[in-house]
Amino acid sequence: MIDIKNLTIEKASVMLQNKEITSVDLVSACLENIKEKNGELNALLEVFGDVLDQAKKADEMIASGNKGKLVGIPMVIKDNILINGRKVSASSKMLENYVASYDAYVIKKLRDAGVVFMGRANMDEFAMGSSTENSAYGPTKNPYDTSRVPGGSSGGSAVAVASGMCIVSLGTDTGGSIRQPASFCGIVGMKPSYGGVSRSGTMAMSSSLDQIGPLTKNAEDAKIIFDYISGKDEMDSTSIQLPNSIESKKVIGIPRNWLKEGIDTDVMQNFEEQIEKLKKLGYETKDIDLPYSKYSLAVYYILMPAEVSTNLSRLDGVRYGLRKEGETMFDSFKKSRSLGFGLETRRRIILGTYVLSHGYYDAYYNKAWKVRHAIEKEYENIFKEVDFVFTPTAPTTAFRFGEKKDPLQMYLSDIFTVPANIAGIPSISIPTGFSKDGLPYGIQAMAPLYKDQSLFEVAKDIEKNI
Amino acid sequence: MEIQDVENLAELAKIELSAEEKTKVLSDMEGILGYVKQIESVQVPDIDLEYPVRNIWREDENKVKEYSKEIIKEQFPDAQDDFVKVKKVL
Repeated sequence: MIDIKNLTIEKASVMLQNKEITSVDLVSACLENIKEKNGELNALLEVFGDVLDQAKKADEMIASGNKGKLVGIPMVIKDNILINGRKVSASSKMLENYVASYDAYVIKKLRDAGVVFMGRANMDEFAMGSSTENSAYGPTKNPYDTSRVPGGSSGGSAVAVASGMCIVSLGTDTGGSIRQPASFCGIVGMKPSYGGVSRSGTMAMSSSLDQIGPLTKNAEDAKIIFDYISGKDEMDSTSIQLPNSIESKKVIGIPRNWLKEGIDTDVMQNFEEQIEKLKKLGYETKDIDLPYSKYSLAVYYILMPAEVSTNLSRLDGVRYGLRKEGETMFDSFKKSRSLGFGLETRRRIILGTYVLSHGYYDAYYNKAWKVRHAIEKEYENIFKEVDFVFTPTAPTTAFRFGEKKDPLQMYLSDIFTVPANIAGIPSISIPTGFSKDGLPYGIQAMAPLYKDQSLFEVAKDIEKNI
Repeated sequence: MEIQDVENLAELAKIELSAEEKTKVLSDMEGILGYVKQIESVQVPDIDLEYPVRNIWREDENKVKEYSKEIIKEQFPDAQDDFVKVKKVL
């Protein structure tokens, strides 16, 4: 039996190319794990019926000489990324029976590379949440302790990798939705620079913040996926071709002013240990001050709901999605949207409607943009002094289901991940061991805009220490 | 903010809330707005707020799309001929 849980793309592709195993073997092993674990963990909303056929095709590609690293690799896709002809629901009742009419850019790239798409990963509805508790199809559970959340919103993608249901997965990250679940589930999660990966074919949540990225077992796998999915796409005018140069970068900035309160002692201790280990590998550290960045979460909870309320206005039951008829057209909109959207989605739409309304627009939305600019500038300047900014990925390890009843408490679990989205810079979460209760820790590295490749290098150094 | 404000916003956003949800949303909104209000007092430096925006055009050529009218029509919840069908507007 192949140990999928500990198998990387690197190892699997060598085994596939050497004909030690086939893609059918890999996919069968994933299916076994899914059968055994998904009932309890609820990481996957659907396992595609044709996975073995896809694997056979991949095996034929290998037999005919395709040496690509992703041929035959089983991958799980977050349920907000479109695969032509397959259901895609964003874990919402609104799109329960919606079928994608085209491939997302990233899916096209991966399909051409010979990836086997295993199924759809559970998530918080429309990617809004930090625990997957907002999924309309029930929460995903953390494989390290099923009384705890896997993080979110890409919780299903993280658990699928951590529990051997696939080798790697794709998620989306608007305020930490790849990195925080990666940290809670002991895997690697990477958010590219804004524009690094095309968003074409991903359901828009907050268009100025969303990015697609990989969830993997190590930094090298994250780099492999990133190199396949990044690039300029004419369907997303914000996408760009990133430079591929790798420079040796060794100065780490630590924003001590953030790290004083609201973080669990053991999380902070693990963070300090990792920093010490990096120093032994030749890294320098520097205490830095980022006075504007501490407002990132406040800025986020203005700009994000504003964009959500706009983006989700298309879901009115007219052209697609759930429709519940009322007396008039407007009644039908209301009934469809209320039946289709969960409470968190409705709360954010209302919040967005409020901050965009006449009389509050200047105080909230316009001011938030000004502060966002100041935060972007702040990072631009600090990266003249340091090569990376490091924080813990999240202030705690995985929390219990129902623990964060107040939405603001839930939002605060993204306090360290949100700034990278606000500033548009790339960021990665790397697993750094376990707490005494056996829960994974993670450390976050942020790099200058478009220096995504540097992140993989520092991440590999962190991995050397574990 | 009062219940009436939540009701007005819900109406604008074409969303229904139960009485219980309205109370919950009102209390949550107060908590969230109380938190985000901190940006009011932030002194931002006098920086250029304009992004270097530019239009990104393509040539006005007919291109074959991967998807067709037929594929898109399949997703319509209700349709007649080539049109989406909705209830009377008013």
